[in-house]
Amino acid sequence: MNVVIFGCGRTGATLALQLTSMGHEVTIIEQNPAALRRLGNDHTCRIVIGSGLDDDVLLQANVSRANYFFALTRGDNTNLMSAQIVKLKYGVENVCVKVADPLRAAAYRNMGYHCINPSSLTAGMMRDWMIDAPYQTVDQYNNLVTELEI
Amino acid sequence: MYMILIGGGNVGLYLAKRLLSGGHEVLLLERDPRHAQRLASIIGSENVMVGDGCEMLTQKDAGFGRADVVVAVTGEDEDNLVVCQMAKVVWHCDRVLARVNDPSHETVFEQIGIDDTVSATGIIHALLEQQIRPDVMLPVGALAKGNLEVVEVVLGPRSPVLHKRVRDLILPPHTNIVYILRGEQGLLVHGDTELEIDDMLVALVSRDHALELRALLEP
Repeated sequence: MNVVIFGCGRTGATLALQLTSMGHEVTIIEQNPAALRRLGNDHTCRIVIGSGLDDDVLLQANVSRANYFFALTRGDNTNLMSAQIVKLKYGVENVCVKVADPLRAAAYRNMGYHCINPSSLTAGMMRDWMIDAPYQTVDQYNNLVTELEI
Repeated sequence: MYMILIGGGNVGLYLAKRLLSGGHEVLLLERDPRHAQRLASIIGSENVMVGDGCEMLTQKDAGFGRADVVVAVTGEDEDNLVVCQMAKVVWHCDRVLARVNDPSHETVFEQIGIDDTVSATGIIHALLEQQIRPDVMLPVGALAKGNLEVVEVVLGPRSPVLHKRVRDLILPPHTNIVYILRGEQGLLVHGDTELEIDDMLVALVSRDHALELRALLEP
């Protein structure tokens, strides 16, 4: 598979190394060259320095050819906007977004974006560890978020 | 009408003032508490709220659900996009307006249904491409996160730059004279353009150098 990952933080780097070791082709978009040290010295990722909101950068990353796009920077809005650019403008079908704010994640999930909210997952898994229950699915953990009454 | 503005920079503050004097109910959302305090001292604390306009809880407290218009004018396109999208989809606000800093982002705003966007950069580009009246441009006020200003200066009879060519002026750094209104005629500025009395100059200047530019043009 051809995969583009925006953001080489802990999540992005771990995912990139996992996927390349499985034989997938990974391109990483990262603004800060210093963050690339997380990949170690002998990674096989293609690197594009810049922002995933920037057309020039997305073109350089060949995003329209990607089977999967992951938006994993620490900025929720940056992730949500780049995911929408990539889906709507470049036609990438499979887009996954990291969203730290559980309510914002829920809102965009309702709009059809696959959002992962790390704090819901962590809290849910810790709860299940404590009560000795088997781990659940991502969707079940997502529902931990108390919906706002609107 | 109840109008919520997100982003208390120059654009947000200017809009808030104008809308308040137009008799509207206005709430200006600003993330930085200290800056919000300054804003409150100018337009009244009842019209300012501290908070991240992208947070759903802040949106709830601000009353997004009953807003007639939501206007996002921060310096970050991604923040403006998310605010407007949530106002529309989550809170069913019909009228949303977004400031778009990077013109290449306008299509994405359109595609997700935010039809009303204002791109200051795009306006300046249009100004350079085609002649438009400068009064169309003035509301833009501050560009590039407030570091660039649009200023206009009318050359009086004692201006030291009369009859000089633009190329011979020693302009401060980061300054561009982009447009001259001469009588009824608008001129794009070239190096050979000669300055005349009563010319109205429109210039882009970084805030730090605005005073220097005035000093150069006025006696």
